[in-house]
Amino acid sequence: MHLKIFSLLLTLPLSLSLLVANGTGVCEKCPIKSIQEAIDQASAGDTIFIQKGIYKESNILVDKPLVIIGEDFPTIDGEDRGEIIRIVSDSVTIDGVFIVNVGTSYTSDHAAIRVVKSSHFVIQNVVLEKLFFGIFIEKSQEGKIYHNKIIGDAQDEYNSGNGIHLWYSKKISISKNTVQNVRDGIYLEFADSITVVGNISRDNLRYGLHFMFSNNDVYNDNVFENNGAGVAVMFSKHISMYNNQFRDNWGTASFGLLLKEINDLEIEHNLFESNTIAISVEGANRVNYLNNEFKSNGWAIKVRGACYTNLFKGNSFLNNSFDVSYNSRINDNLFEGNYWSNYSGYDLDKDGVGDVPYRPVKLFSYIVNRTPEAIVLMRSLFIDIIDFSEKVSPVFTPDELVDKHPLMNVL
Amino acid sequence: MFKILKYSFYDLARSRWSYIYFLFYFILALVLLFLNHDLSKAVITLMNVIIILVPLIGTIFGVMYYYNSREFTELLLAQPIKRKSIFLGQYLGIAISLSLSLLLGIGIPFVIYGLFNSAAIWDFSLLLLTGVFLTFIFVALAFNISIDNENKIKGFGYAVLLWLFMAVIYDGLFLMSLVMFEDYPLDKFSLIGSMLNPIDLSRTLILLKLDISVLMGYTGAVFKQYFGTNVGLFTSLGVLFIWIIVPVRRIVIRAKRKDF
Amino acid sequence: MIEINSLSKKFNKNVVLFDLDLLIEKAGIFAILGPNGSGKTTLIKAILGMVIPDDGEIMVANINIRKSSNYRYNLDYLPQIANFPHNLKVRELIAMIKDLRGETDEEENLIDRFNLYPFLDKKLGNLSGGTKQKVNILLTFMYDSPILILDEPTTGLDPIALIQLKKLILEKKEAGKTILITSHIMSFVEEMTDEIVFLLEGKIHFKGLIQKLKQDTQQKDLEHAIAVLLEKSHV
Repeated sequence: MHLKIFSLLLTLPLSLSLLVANGTGVCEKCPIKSIQEAIDQASAGDTIFIQKGIYKESNILVDKPLVIIGEDFPTIDGEDRGEIIRIVSDSVTIDGVFIVNVGTSYTSDHAAIRVVKSSHFVIQNVVLEKLFFGIFIEKSQEGKIYHNKIIGDAQDEYNSGNGIHLWYSKKISISKNTVQNVRDGIYLEFADSITVVGNISRDNLRYGLHFMFSNNDVYNDNVFENNGAGVAVMFSKHISMYNNQFRDNWGTASFGLLLKEINDLEIEHNLFESNTIAISVEGANRVNYLNNEFKSNGWAIKVRGACYTNLFKGNSFLNNSFDVSYNSRINDNLFEGNYWSNYSGYDLDKDGVGDVPYRPVKLFSYIVNRTPEAIVLMRSLFIDIIDFSEKVSPVFTPDELVDKHPLMNVL
Repeated sequence: MFKILKYSFYDLARSRWSYIYFLFYFILALVLLFLNHDLSKAVITLMNVIIILVPLIGTIFGVMYYYNSREFTELLLAQPIKRKSIFLGQYLGIAISLSLSLLLGIGIPFVIYGLFNSAAIWDFSLLLLTGVFLTFIFVALAFNISIDNENKIKGFGYAVLLWLFMAVIYDGLFLMSLVMFEDYPLDKFSLIGSMLNPIDLSRTLILLKLDISVLMGYTGAVFKQYFGTNVGLFTSLGVLFIWIIVPVRRIVIRAKRKDF
Repeated sequence: MIEINSLSKKFNKNVVLFDLDLLIEKAGIFAILGPNGSGKTTLIKAILGMVIPDDGEIMVANINIRKSSNYRYNLDYLPQIANFPHNLKVRELIAMIKDLRGETDEEENLIDRFNLYPFLDKKLGNLSGGTKQKVNILLTFMYDSPILILDEPTTGLDPIALIQLKKLILEKKEAGKTILITSHIMSFVEEMTDEIVFLLEGKIHFKGLIQKLKQDTQQKDLEHAIAVLLEKSHV
C-alpha cells in the first residue's frame, strides 16, 4: 500500500505535465530540437516547454493557440536575420524566454515578437536584448504584455526601433515592463482603451512613451526617466494619467510631458522632477491638472498657445526656474489653490490660503521666450526689479492669469 | 606684508562692524533654515543675499577702512616697510576678516542644521566660495577707488555707484543689448557679457547648480559646452580669479606712485 | 646726513617745491618754518618717502631714498595727526611697531616719563587727543635713529608733558642726533632750535642760526624777524 503511494508520488510530476498541460518539451537532446518543429507538431491548446539552452532560430511562426514557456530562460538567438517570433493566432502565450539579435533593417520593422491580427495573447517574463523592435502588436486586441524586460543598445534614431510598439490595437494591458535604451520605450499609434501601468521606461533615445491618435487610455504608476525627449501625447482624447513620475529629461527639445492637440485629459498626482520643461502644452483643451508635484524643473508648465478651459488645481510648484510660461497674453485657463514655492505673500487670517494672489507668469519668462540667451541674466537683481514692476502692472504677460488662492503649504 | 596683514586683521577682528556683519549672516541663515525647513529654498535666498550684499558691504567696508586708517597708513609709510607690503597687508586684512564673518556667519547655522548629511553641501560650498571671491574682488575695487580719490565723500560716492552699476545697471544694459540684437546668434556674446561683471559671473556659477535644467534647454553649441560640462565652472572660477588679480595689481602700482 | 638736490614737486599744476637744495650735515636741531602752503610738509614727506618727487634726489645717510625703504631705519617720524587703529590697545601698538622695526628697551623709560601706565590696556580709539600724542611721541622716541623728524610735536600736550618733550629733544641733541622740527609756536622754536630753514613758495629763503636772522632783520625776537622776512618777499 505504502509502496504504491510512494511510486505514485514519484511519477506524479511527470504525469501531471503530460496530462494536464498536454505539453511538448524542446531541448538540445530531446527528440524535438527546434521551437518551430515543436510548434508545427503541437495541436491547438498545447503547451510547449523550452528547456534551458541556446536556440538559433528566426522567423518562428505561431499559427495556433499555444502556450510557450521557457524553463530557466532558454535563449532564442535570431542571429540578426530579421524577425524572430510572429504570432498570427489568437490565445497565444509566450512566457520566460530570452531573445537576442533581432536583425536591423531600414525597410521593414523587424521585431523580437510580433503579434498580428490576434487576440487574447499574453507576453510575459520575456527578456529582450540586442533588438531592433521589441514587442510589436499590430491590429490586435485584448492582450497582456506583462513583466518583460527590454534592453536595447540604440545609438542613433534612424537605425533603432521601439521597445513596445502598438499599432491599430485595442484593449491591451501593458504592465510592469522595463524598457531602456531603445528609440521610443513604449509607442502607441491608433491604440484605444489601453492601460499602461507600473512600467519603467528610461534612457531611451527619443520618447519614454510616444502616443498618437489613441483614445480612452489610462497610464498610472509608470516611471519615465532620462529619455531624450520625455513623453509625448499627441492627437488623442480622453486620456487619464496618474501617479506617474517624469524625471531628468534634459535637453534642447526635452520635456517631461508633451501635450499636443489633446482634449479631455486628466493629469493627477504625477511627479515631474528635474526636467528642462515639465509639461509643454500646445493645443490642449479641457485638461485637468490636479495635485501634481513640479519640482526643480526649468519650466514647470510651458504653454505654447491655443489652450482653453484647462484647470490647474492643488498642484505643488517647488523651486522651478519658471513656474508657468505663456507666449501670448490670452488666457482661458484657471489656476486655483496651488502651492508655489516662489510665492512671497502672507496669510493673516491663518486659513492656509495666501491673502494676496500669485502671478505665476514672470516677465522674464516672456523675455527668455523671445531672446533665449537672456537666460544668463536669470536671478539677477535687475530681472527681479522688472519682474516686480510687471507684477504690479502687467503689460506683457496675461493680466488675468493669477492664482487667487495660493496655498501656504505643500499639499 | 604678513605683519601688516596680521595687525589689520587683529584690528578688524575686534571691530564692532565685523561682528555686526557676522551676526547679520548668522541670524539670516538661522531664520532661513529653521523657519523654512527647505534647504534648496534657503540656498536660493542666500544666493540673492550674497550676490547683492557681499559686494555692497565689501566696497563700503573697503572704502571706509581705507579712509579711516589714512593717518595710520602714514605712520606705517614712515616705517622701513615697502609700500606694497603696507597696502597688500591692509587689503588682505579686510578681505580675510570679511570673508571669515561670511563663512562663519552662514556656515555655523548650516552645520548645526546638519548640512554635512545633505545633498546641498556642494551648492552650499560653491555659494560660500563665490561669496569669498566677491569679497576679495570688491574690497580690491574699493581700494582702487579710495587710492584714486583723496576726497572721502567722492570716494564713497564712486564706491556706491560702482556697486549700483555692477549689481543693477550693467544687467539692464546687457539685457537691452541682448534684446536689440536678438536676431543674431548671441550665445558667445552673452557668455562674454556675463564674464565682464564679477557679480554676473558669480551668478552664473550658482545658476549652474540651481537652474541647470533650464540652461540645458538651449541650442547654442557654446552654451551647451559651457553649461553642460565643467568648462563653465572652471572658466568662471578662473575669470573670478583674474578679477582679483587685476585690481590688486593696480593697487600695488598706484600705491607706489602715490603721494601721501 | 640729509642732502637734497634740486628737488621739485607739483601737485596737479600747483608748484609746491621748486629746484630746492638743502644740506644738513651736522647734528643739532633744525626748524623748518614758513607760512601755510610754503611746502614744509611736502619737504618733510619727500624726505620720508611719502611724497614722490617729480625731479631731484634725496640722500639720507648717504642712501638714495628711491632705492629702498630700508633707509627709514635711520629715521624717526612724529606725524602731525596721530590716528591709530581704533581697536588696538596701546600695548599692542607698541609691540606692533617693535615687530615692524625691531627691538628696543627705551619704551619702559618713556612710558614712565609720560605717565602712560594707566593707558597701556586701553584701546587707542578711546584715548584723548593729548594721550594719543604722548603715545605718538613714545613711538617716535623709543628708537635710537640718527635723524628725527617732528611735525608739530607740541599739539595737544599738557605743560608737564611739554616739559618732558623738550627734555627728550635736548637729550637726543646731546646724543648727537639730527632733529628736524616744524612748528607754529615761535617761542618753542626759539627755545629749542639752533638753526632755522625758512621756506617760501617752494624755495628756501633763509637758512642759518636764529641769531643771524635776528641780526639780519634787526629784530629782537623770532616772530618779528619772520614777519620781516615775509614782508620783504612780498615787496
